[in-house]
Amino acid sequence: MAEAILAVDCGSTTTKAILFSDGGGWHLVARGEAPTTVEAPFDNVMLGLYNAVRELEELTGRQILEGEKFLIPASDGEGVDLFLATSSAGGGLQMLVMGVVKSMTAESAQRAALGAGAIVVDCIALDDGREDFQRIQRIRDIRPDIILLAGGTDGGTITHVLQLGEMLSAAEPRARLGNLPIPVIYAGNRDARGEIEKMLGDKFHLIIRENIRPRLEVENLGPAREAIHELFLQHVMRQAPGYHLLMEATTHPIMSTPNAVGRMVQLLAKELGGNVLAVDIGGATTDVFSVFSNTYNRTVSANLGLSYSICNVMVEATIPNIQRWLPFDVSPQQLRGALRNKMIRPTTIPQTLRDLYIEQAVAREALRLALEHHKSLARSLVGVQRERTVGDLFSQITGGETLIDMSKVDMIIGSGGVLSHAPSRAQAALMMVDAFQPAGITFLAVDSIFMMPHLGVLSSVMPQAAGEIFWRDCVVPLGSLVAPIGNLKEGEPALHLKSKRYEEEINFGEMRLLPLEGEEEFSLRPLRGLDMGEGRGKEVVRRLKGGLLGLIVDCRGRPLQLPQQDEKRKEWLKRTYTALSLPLPGEKG
Amino acid sequence: MSQAYTPGLTITPYTVIRKTRRLPLKGEVLVRIGERVEPATPVARAFLPGEVHIVKAGEILGVAGEDLGRYLLKREGEKVERDETIASATSFFGLSRRVVRSPVKGTIENISPLTGNVSIREEPKPILLCAYVEGEVVEVLPNEGVVVEAKGAFLQGIFGVGGERWGKLLVAVNSPDEEIREVKEEARDCILVGGRIGSEALKRAVEVGVKGVVVGGIYDEVLSDFLGYDIGVAITGQENIPLTLIIMEGFGDLPLARRTFQLLKRFDGFSASINGATQIRAGVVRPEIIIPHKEEIPSYKERFPERLVLGTRVRIIREPYFGSLGEVVALPSELRVLETGARARVAEVLLEGGERVVVPRANLEIILEK
Repeated sequence: MAEAILAVDCGSTTTKAILFSDGGGWHLVARGEAPTTVEAPFDNVMLGLYNAVRELEELTGRQILEGEKFLIPASDGEGVDLFLATSSAGGGLQMLVMGVVKSMTAESAQRAALGAGAIVVDCIALDDGREDFQRIQRIRDIRPDIILLAGGTDGGTITHVLQLGEMLSAAEPRARLGNLPIPVIYAGNRDARGEIEKMLGDKFHLIIRENIRPRLEVENLGPAREAIHELFLQHVMRQAPGYHLLMEATTHPIMSTPNAVGRMVQLLAKELGGNVLAVDIGGATTDVFSVFSNTYNRTVSANLGLSYSICNVMVEATIPNIQRWLPFDVSPQQLRGALRNKMIRPTTIPQTLRDLYIEQAVAREALRLALEHHKSLARSLVGVQRERTVGDLFSQITGGETLIDMSKVDMIIGSGGVLSHAPSRAQAALMMVDAFQPAGITFLAVDSIFMMPHLGVLSSVMPQAAGEIFWRDCVVPLGSLVAPIGNLKEGEPALHLKSKRYEEEINFGEMRLLPLEGEEEFSLRPLRGLDMGEGRGKEVVRRLKGGLLGLIVDCRGRPLQLPQQDEKRKEWLKRTYTALSLPLPGEKG
Repeated sequence: MSQAYTPGLTITPYTVIRKTRRLPLKGEVLVRIGERVEPATPVARAFLPGEVHIVKAGEILGVAGEDLGRYLLKREGEKVERDETIASATSFFGLSRRVVRSPVKGTIENISPLTGNVSIREEPKPILLCAYVEGEVVEVLPNEGVVVEAKGAFLQGIFGVGGERWGKLLVAVNSPDEEIREVKEEARDCILVGGRIGSEALKRAVEVGVKGVVVGGIYDEVLSDFLGYDIGVAITGQENIPLTLIIMEGFGDLPLARRTFQLLKRFDGFSASINGATQIRAGVVRPEIIIPHKEEIPSYKERFPERLVLGTRVRIIREPYFGSLGEVVALPSELRVLETGARARVAEVLLEGGERVVVPRANLEIILEK
């Protein structure tokens, strides 16, 4: 019976060590952190990890390390029973995926890799618009950790997938870490296995798995994903500096960080019996996880982030789209300068409200773009062994419909510095609401200290303990959001809301916070043709959960339509900020 | 984790600089230990395997892959010229003839009876690695490259674009805040130094054939105009641009730090090597200026603290005092609430204008000047 658990996440910049203990239920004891030491001049992940654990020892008074040895199991209040780890250090798991048709086998290969926690550095397909020599050059230039080669249905033509094999053979790419041959997972047409073996067997570490698209209407990602997990541990991790020591020290296999977060999101969706969307916005990348209709998806937007990648958000979102979220004037020149300076000095923090709101405006755009990216990949025919009818095939060929329906999301969890450490929780809620525009009824929460990776890996060993800690210490409930769908004229009555304590009519264009700590039954009647998710004008009666902000009522319309005229837009934003008790900066900063 | 931010950028008049010059793949080292090298001296060379072109021969001839062999005029390993016929087929009793020509000069690498494709690899391309800095070869990495040691001034900038270049330093202004407005013909092949630069002067620098530009600050619009696009991710150095641009302080109307200006002025006319490559994410690569010389000058690092203490000269690197210089006059230990509502560790700074302000320590940069 375990009494204390150490879980660490080795991120690309910080190593975070957390101690959990069982005393009246599992709970968080303390958290220590230190800079990650995977890169030069240290080149050993363990140094940063020891530092983080030593901070934990100082904070708790519990000895966990004896020199460089972990005290396992726990006894007399010292040591730990389990030592678990996740890692995304050194750039995470970088994969190249290949498939015959971009929107079919190549897309399935992408989903397999992303779902296994990888970053997809490129997706090669025969219809990707590039010439063969360009593809070969590209394969040679990138140095992936693992390659996933898919293509063709079982029993179908083998020519196309063999063409991909030829390209790979001609390119002879080198691995990012170490000098061993790159692992290639072949998960395409089974009839081509023999030829692929002849073509690639000598040059690569070839692993053959079941076809990810055995038939056009079946996607089978499980075996390829398992192979990725195995290779991540056996091949990639062993090449990373110091990881052999970490693998020896942990009591259970190391997981890639996004894979652990994904596990936690899936566990949560199962527990809630609903749809969940989770986002982690970092300095360089933004990960989006979703479970819709029991189908799990994950995407990573590699260049959407708030420090190193902040200018890429500026380029992709464009300056006017960032400016539209600011309740004050800022010239494009000032904005560009501010973002460029944040990019080159990423550890600075906003001191003024104007500066804070500029960063939060960029965050809205990064979140919006990351969700768009997620929607484009989380399409129909996703997940394991999902059978489709013949009639669906036509729509699949032209590209499946997205599974992400923002009027059917039950819970959104935000994590990453800009959301978890926003000076006000209302700011975190507003960023998520503006960027994602959830409609109908949605529960909003933030991850207090980015504990999802730790709990994800813990859930593989002790799912119940992970669940207990998640609700107790990890998630900060912000409250239920009520947002009618549709648009009216400013000031028209939009929603009639009634409960034991409240009876209110809220006008279109307004946002309102109603104090609510526990649960309460509400009847929500959308007015003038608006929709609460069950049809135009149809009343919805539901028990709603409150949170730190209470009940958040957003009658600004779905989709959100910001006033075009500049002064009106600023007034509109100011009203929203004021409704959420958020301070406004002076016109001139 | 909360500590004063010092970017660790080095600005020093004299130090020993070691540059590892490594080939992208194994090759041949051309110099020996102890040899003196100039920036342009070749130190190693290798042959990059040529690009592979896949020719869909079976498809062009209209024959199955397994039958292709009968129509081929070349075999695996044979050399071919560009446009040389490598396969041909005749049909309709000799009335129609289809031919497959090689798109490049190279070698037939693979003939696939399965796909009917022929892979042709271009000739290997020689790549020559030069020394980049003036100095001495102190180590040979067999088949891989060398380590070149230079002695002289070493300055790191905050951001740059463009790769390795070298030339004579030419300080084009009289003060660290002066903008480079005029670029004369004599600046050809030189590295221009100034407080700031605008689009017109940059264009002129390109026309004249300037090798590099080093400035304190630049407006982002000027940089975008120069590159022809907006930089997204902060990884640079590979741009295809005619000169290397190094920004020492940041974006906006920022002069060169006085000490940096004095240092560059001191070595006006000296040969220097520069590289704009920047990568801010893990690993942190910053642009650099190397000025080899023989005068041993004590390093600033020995005389200035790297930690914030009372009296430390600082520059504020974030709004609302962005770019202001001052001196640390108090370092309260307790966290303070900022205007944003966040709590942070702060310092009190006496600005040059006499104003006393409170600034998060994360937004301060120690400057090496008195």
